[in-house]
Amino acid sequence: MGDRASSGRTAVERRSERELVVTRTFDAPVRLVFDAWTRPELFKLWWAPKSSGVPLLSCEMDVRTGGGYRIAFGHDASNAMAFFGKYLEVSPPSRLVWTNDEGDEGAVTTVTFEDQDGKTRLVLQELYPTKEALDASFVGMEDCYPEQFEQLDELLVTLGARV
Amino acid sequence: MVQYMTDRLDASFAALSDATRRGVLEQLGRAEASISELAGAFHMTLTGMKKHVGVLEQAGLVTTQKIGRVRTCRLGLRGLEEEAAWIDGRRQIWNARFDALDEVVAALTRKEIADGRQSE
Repeated sequence: MGDRASSGRTAVERRSERELVVTRTFDAPVRLVFDAWTRPELFKLWWAPKSSGVPLLSCEMDVRTGGGYRIAFGHDASNAMAFFGKYLEVSPPSRLVWTNDEGDEGAVTTVTFEDQDGKTRLVLQELYPTKEALDASFVGMEDCYPEQFEQLDELLVTLGARV
Repeated sequence: MVQYMTDRLDASFAALSDATRRGVLEQLGRAEASISELAGAFHMTLTGMKKHVGVLEQAGLVTTQKIGRVRTCRLGLRGLEEEAAWIDGRRQIWNARFDALDEVVAALTRKEIADGRQSE
């Protein structure tokens, strides 16, 4: 828990004009990390960390090839922001591919889970249809992202007690 | 990122390999200028200068803006800094998210160990 503030553990690369790749290793078996991505009750504990300042209102996931998902953020239903799409590939416990259909030029997201001596190396790739779509991605989200990582502690203590 | 940065650097070095283009950068370091002013200063045709400016623009070293019939050129050295800030914004988001995921999987792991002990 000590080096949570160090941000060096998450690598982010723009691998090409249309492609963003995020890499991180988790100290847990692939099976558990995959669960955290595919069970909505776990997924919603971390996808919108408290530091984002925007609560996750709902999370529906039909995790199978061709199934859909819908995630809503916001302070209440009247100003909710929805993200949705469908799973193009679900291969437990090593690979997930889904579309992001809320915008005109959404990315296709591919997540792979690879065992490395009992740990999990996770690679997330977002492939956008155009360079411009990647340039503009996430814009606005940074604005509501204060650097209050300490807030996470509170959430995680609760979480540790609950799970 | 390595490939992307390499492409960017290749473009920058190619742009800088020409004496006229280095002169144009020096000139623009003092003040912005139109293509025809640059062509005049370097005793070149408009078409020739447009080509040079195009190479510098591709490399992100110069930006141009057309107002009416005049294209004004200025230094565009901020390109790399902007790129670094862009990446950093995304890294912060993913890092916060993955820190939270880290705690979820840590809690799941602890639970498995505890359950394992109970069933022994």
